[in-house]
Amino acid sequence: MTTVPDIYRILPEVILTLTGVLIMLLDASMSTGASRRALGWVGAFGTTLALWSSLWQLSLPMGTGFYSTVETSPFTIFFHVLICGIVLVALLLSLDSLPENSHHQGEYYALIVFGAVGMCLLTAAVELLLVFIALEISSIATYVLAGYRKETGRSPEAAVKYFLLGSFATGFLLYGIAMIFGATGTTQVYEIAHSIPAAHHHTLILASLALMLVGILFKVSAAPFHVWAPDVYEGAPSPVVALMATAPKAAAFALLLRVVYEIFPTLRSIWTPLLWIVAILSMTVGNLAALRQQNVKRMLAYSSIAHAGYLLAAFAGLGNAGIAAASFYVAAYAAMNVGIFAVVTVVSGYEENLPLIQDFRGLIYRSPMLGGLMIFFLASLIGIPFTGGFFGKFYSFSAAVGGGAIWLAIIGLLNSGIAAAYYLRLALAVAQHPAEEPSTASLYQPRIGVALSAALLFAVGATLVLGIVPGEVLRSAQSGAHTLQPPPEATEVMDITALR
Amino acid sequence: MAINESILTLILLAPLAGAVLVALLPDRGKLPAWLALLTTLVSLGLTLHLPAHFVLDQHGFQFEINRPWIENPAIFYHVGVDGLSLWLVVLVGLLAPVGVIASWNAIKERRKVFYSLFLLQQTAMYGVFISLDLMLYYGFWELSLVPMAILIAMYGRKEGPKAAIKFFLFTFIPSAPLLVAILWLYAHTGTFNFAELRLLIASGSLPSGALCWVALAFLFAFAVKVPVFPLHGWVADTFSEAPVALAMVVAGKLGLYSMLRFHIGLFPVQARSLAPLLVALAVIGLLYGACLALVQRDFWRLIAYAAISHLSLITLGIYGLTFTGWDGAIYQILNHGVVDAALFLLLAVLEVRYGTSQISAYGGLASRVPQMATLFVISTLAMIGLPMLNGFVGEFLILSSTFTGVSRGWAIAATVGVILGAAYMLWLVQRLFYGPESELASQPAPDLHLGEQVVLWPLAVLMLIMGLAPSIWIPSIENRAGSTALRGSATVPASALSTSLHGESQQ
Repeated sequence: MTTVPDIYRILPEVILTLTGVLIMLLDASMSTGASRRALGWVGAFGTTLALWSSLWQLSLPMGTGFYSTVETSPFTIFFHVLICGIVLVALLLSLDSLPENSHHQGEYYALIVFGAVGMCLLTAAVELLLVFIALEISSIATYVLAGYRKETGRSPEAAVKYFLLGSFATGFLLYGIAMIFGATGTTQVYEIAHSIPAAHHHTLILASLALMLVGILFKVSAAPFHVWAPDVYEGAPSPVVALMATAPKAAAFALLLRVVYEIFPTLRSIWTPLLWIVAILSMTVGNLAALRQQNVKRMLAYSSIAHAGYLLAAFAGLGNAGIAAASFYVAAYAAMNVGIFAVVTVVSGYEENLPLIQDFRGLIYRSPMLGGLMIFFLASLIGIPFTGGFFGKFYSFSAAVGGGAIWLAIIGLLNSGIAAAYYLRLALAVAQHPAEEPSTASLYQPRIGVALSAALLFAVGATLVLGIVPGEVLRSAQSGAHTLQPPPEATEVMDITALR
Repeated sequence: MAINESILTLILLAPLAGAVLVALLPDRGKLPAWLALLTTLVSLGLTLHLPAHFVLDQHGFQFEINRPWIENPAIFYHVGVDGLSLWLVVLVGLLAPVGVIASWNAIKERRKVFYSLFLLQQTAMYGVFISLDLMLYYGFWELSLVPMAILIAMYGRKEGPKAAIKFFLFTFIPSAPLLVAILWLYAHTGTFNFAELRLLIASGSLPSGALCWVALAFLFAFAVKVPVFPLHGWVADTFSEAPVALAMVVAGKLGLYSMLRFHIGLFPVQARSLAPLLVALAVIGLLYGACLALVQRDFWRLIAYAAISHLSLITLGIYGLTFTGWDGAIYQILNHGVVDAALFLLLAVLEVRYGTSQISAYGGLASRVPQMATLFVISTLAMIGLPMLNGFVGEFLILSSTFTGVSRGWAIAATVGVILGAAYMLWLVQRLFYGPESELASQPAPDLHLGEQVVLWPLAVLMLIMGLAPSIWIPSIENRAGSTALRGSATVPASALSTSLHGESQQ
């Protein structure tokens, strides 16, 4: 076997880190009043480079580096490309929507890029301590970004809430890692998987599984660990929400897949019903709460909770099919959500003077392009065929049906019927005639620059590709799923009665 | 022949290309309308290729294409037509230009949005009728909702958005069980292919208990779309709010076709066990719709309830499960499409000229707008089933097959409904065009202008031809893919009725 220099295994992360450092250095060397927009372009360039480098990693032989702490495999590359893509769109979006004179713009771009380092590392790590560090890198960056709009009261409030709850949840994860270390004497993923069937401390293992699930499900905002999401989404600046509703969740789902399918495959009969319940709770709670929202960002926050539920339905699927479906859904979810938050960012403006559904009334008359895109992304969220959202749901629920969970699929699809109601409310507001009397809404004209057009184009393109020719993406998700299968020794099913 | 292989793809793509073109070109004057008209005429021309090259004595699907689209799950781009869908495709093609003409003066702003969505809707409708892969079919089925909902919201008369939400949810939620059912079939058979699935289901290798639920999920989704009583809640609002062009192109066809193709076609055994219930519901719907139509004050709502009544009659023909009944049902779908289009267009003209849809405001228009009155009367007579006009053929086939093949009681009840149908339609004619001249009628208003005449007269002629010479259509309608399988599921041999049918066609 040819040896691959360790550095190649984390090339995207290295590139992103260097980009972040470069942005901070440039920021420090610029005069105080100067425009920082160029830094955003530096970030976008670095992210593109990282994206290419992770595609290049496909040519490397699969394997681990740095003393078996990071892995390069189709699975990690799938998520690397996805995360880099999201970060790229978020950066382009920020370029056009942050006001020229806002403070600390350089730090903003650097934080986004550093957050991306954490998220990428999270998907690549096969050592639980590194997982923890990666999660912290990405979380701390997002905590700070959530509070970026200091001048309003809500943004810092969101940041503090997110920080307190988030660190609490990370604590759970860490506790879970400690317990599994206690039970097996290692924190390396494969070694744990290897030694679990032989380990004697079953209670410890079960407790560890539960604690780790809590920590991760918090990050993906699945019910009942979802309460932070609406407040944080409402308070945080919209471009940041576009990022944090998608990229960290993608990374967290990658971690969840790794934990349940690679560390605990033998406990399948335990975590499947748990995830079932969480899936049903998330979709139902998310959708019912979203029905009553007036604020667009809060509504989308609840909608993202519901989508976490649809995604978790895929975990009822058998091995490969479930992993591939979940990975595909993450991609579809990310494409349409980053798109719709991008539109919301432009329409509501940085100051968010127009946060309510009624403020979106007649958008299609004010700006046919933005209105049309809004309806397009909403159609994808509803799950209309020929959009990414459809195939996401399709694969997820067919994985569930394939795994024998027909009721889960039925509940999920009925839920997507409920969800159509609130998506439609927004879509119809967009399509409706503007109100007679000129309101603040009709006076505000959204501005669409080059960077923003590129961001929207990416999101639309990705949503369409996932909806019309999903074959290629599905194939890479499947080859990713293939690499995530547990080592053959660990597949024999553990005797559950021994656990009690 | 290369053209025969690609014709269905062309039919599918022509409106889509038109939609993109309309969306890209500037919204200046009537340019979008002209483009849409051109596109719909081209696609009408393309659809006419189908009956011209349809081979009567070749069984199975024709013009078939089957190419892999997505590997996993195995979704194929699989399209084709048989006697069941052949004329329905042509009907969609025919109604499209009529719809454009109907919108010509009614849609005054945002023409670009309207026509591009209208054309997108066309693509979705063609897709539903020609798809032979269940997933592809489901895709088009869902896609057909979106342009409709947006257009109702944007161009609705008064309560557009509300009606749009109602329409969307009523048809979207039942498609959730439909999708689960399709996925279940796939999980157990590994294919979405219509023909393969039919054979696998007929072979009895699938668990029959679960199949019952699967069949029910299919039926439920279609029954809401038709609508079958008591699932008709959305129809009146949709018809009275929707832009005329959409109401006429959408009404009924999709659900009825899907029942024949995918419910009875895939699950003959399950369909037979539910048929008595559906026959009862169809007759109830027929009477219920007719009674409600009698008391409406707004002509759009009247037409909506009339549609419920007529669609129920077709449902009766379908679930009578006789071969003749199916011929009649398919023929009646075509009739209904043509007649409804003419009536919708005329009512839309009235509403644009006089600005109201309240029936009581009208009266005595016949002397002012004689052409309109003549055409309206012809369409009405066709609708109520006067011999020599098309409605008669379909109604006769359905009622006679019900009488001999299902139950005399239901047939008699259905005939009462048909008589009620004559009552409300003729009364409508009387109140609109005859009687004392109302204040409204004394307003000067032009009779039909050239564009409307160009559409309406051919439709009237078509009604006459379809009434006089059903033999042009019936043989190809009878050539349904797997018609032997369908025949096998019929509870009553249709041979006796076939003779009466041929007697009919020689008139």
